[in-house]
Amino acid sequence: MATDSNHYTLSELMVTAAAREIADGEVVFVGMRLPLLGFLLAKRSHAPDAVGVYELGIVRDSPAPEPILTMGDLPNLFRAKWLSDTSDVMGLLQNGTIDVSFIGGAQVDRFGNLNTSYIINSGKLATRLPGSGGACDLASLAKRHIIIMAHEKHRLVPKVDYITSPGYGDGPGWRDNAGLPRGGPSAVITSYGIMKFDPYTKEMVLVSVHPGITVERVLENTGWPLKISDNIYNTQKPLDSELKLLRELDPGGYWTK
Amino acid sequence: MASASKLITLSEAIKRYVPDGAEIVMGTSLETLIPFAAGHEIIRQRKRNLTMVGTISDILFDQLVGAGCVEKIRAAWVGNVITGSSYNFRRAVESGDLKMEDHSNLTIAMALKAGAMGVPFMPALTGLGSDLFKTNTSLKIIMCPFTRKTLTAVSAINPDVAIIHVQRSDEHGNAHLWGNLGVISDACLASRHIIITAEEIVSPGVIESDPNRVITPGFRVNAVVHAPWGAHPSPVPGYYNRDHDAFIEYRNESKTPEAFEKWLRFWVDNVKASDDYIRLLGNERVVKLKLKNHFLSEPADYGY
Repeated sequence: MATDSNHYTLSELMVTAAAREIADGEVVFVGMRLPLLGFLLAKRSHAPDAVGVYELGIVRDSPAPEPILTMGDLPNLFRAKWLSDTSDVMGLLQNGTIDVSFIGGAQVDRFGNLNTSYIINSGKLATRLPGSGGACDLASLAKRHIIIMAHEKHRLVPKVDYITSPGYGDGPGWRDNAGLPRGGPSAVITSYGIMKFDPYTKEMVLVSVHPGITVERVLENTGWPLKISDNIYNTQKPLDSELKLLRELDPGGYWTK
Repeated sequence: MASASKLITLSEAIKRYVPDGAEIVMGTSLETLIPFAAGHEIIRQRKRNLTMVGTISDILFDQLVGAGCVEKIRAAWVGNVITGSSYNFRRAVESGDLKMEDHSNLTIAMALKAGAMGVPFMPALTGLGSDLFKTNTSLKIIMCPFTRKTLTAVSAINPDVAIIHVQRSDEHGNAHLWGNLGVISDACLASRHIIITAEEIVSPGVIESDPNRVITPGFRVNAVVHAPWGAHPSPVPGYYNRDHDAFIEYRNESKTPEAFEKWLRFWVDNVKASDDYIRLLGNERVVKLKLKNHFLSEPADYGY
């Protein structure tokens, strides 16, 4: 596969965008799938001092020595910095130690609430999804969290059917009123663009579209009249160096094909 | 004084400690060390009306649901970690046959922690504002008596039995487990009975050489089972890697009830002894999954 910046998959672009949300030295609660790769990519490029915390009870500050597909793969335990209980790493989350976390979603709404539990159709259960896992905890307790998902009209809805992982609820003040100690979503990275949240209204705002994607296409595939930033830009393409690393991390393209 | 051996067969352990209607916690280190062999024995004995407790059980709970063993699940996540949704679980919840108590990893950890500590609940800060409270009556909103702030109260879970897969155990139930620890320790302490399935049975001297690695005190363990490859296809640190192909294949093998029946006959009903399972796996697969790079820890000096 050529490592030319014009030849990358959408997943590779999303992982690269996710990786760039991680600052060097941050403590990152790492989730499955694209976020797992995003963390490893950040670690091997611009954020070598980032620390990874995994809900299984793992803390690492170096990438696994071999490509991994799940967090529990044995190379991810090899020379870990800490192997411990889920309660211990959840404690790091609850006591405010985690800077940023990543969550995938099936359904998200204009205030960044996330549903990975129940899809309801005309008042009846249509689809049972796997559930929270650690997602509710990450959305409740990290200093900020980033949502990664496919951009489709039935996924970006005005109001989610079920709040598995709280975003900004119904707007400003909601998290405080609910009793959440901190946090909230800081970005939503989709297959079409990047959204952030208005600091006053807490509503999602389109800030960037991926190369080749028009704003119209984003709006057509969003379930509510999405606000658009005055300073909208094009998402930066993955660099050759990032693509090279990514293909070392996912050589079979299992997550990024 | 030497206590009696607790070493029995898998079939005997499940017969004795998993009655119909029991509440069972298993798959407690999330993606590693999942006691699949014990789960399959539960299926073979056609246990019914079970309540399964877990964090992320990978495909274990889906298999038990598909075999008709489960009435209720209290867990954070049920699916196939590497492929997403799991189909028996979906079918059962969507048809109304299966009751679901929706947890997060933190709330299930706290439920078992409360059970382990002998208190009725543990406080937490997670889930506030979420809909978990609508589909989980074990979660309540309370006010902190000290700070007057809002808290999530997580009701204790005390399962009838914890089933834990470990690397090695002596015949009295003193077992070494290493790797990520999930909620194993609290799951053991919270449960009325404990079944240990082990890759290897070793002498008490091996276990006593490193007491920090003992997962729960042996006097609380009821049964010890020798179950090599007993966590396949999940990984066991020090023994074998995760069999990704098995999880990916299971996606199609469970897509329809008919396909799952076929899977069940081949991988569960076909197996009368642990040797049968290893034979079904085949030598090529076994060799492929075994560790390629051993990495031993330095001994720790427990002398005086």
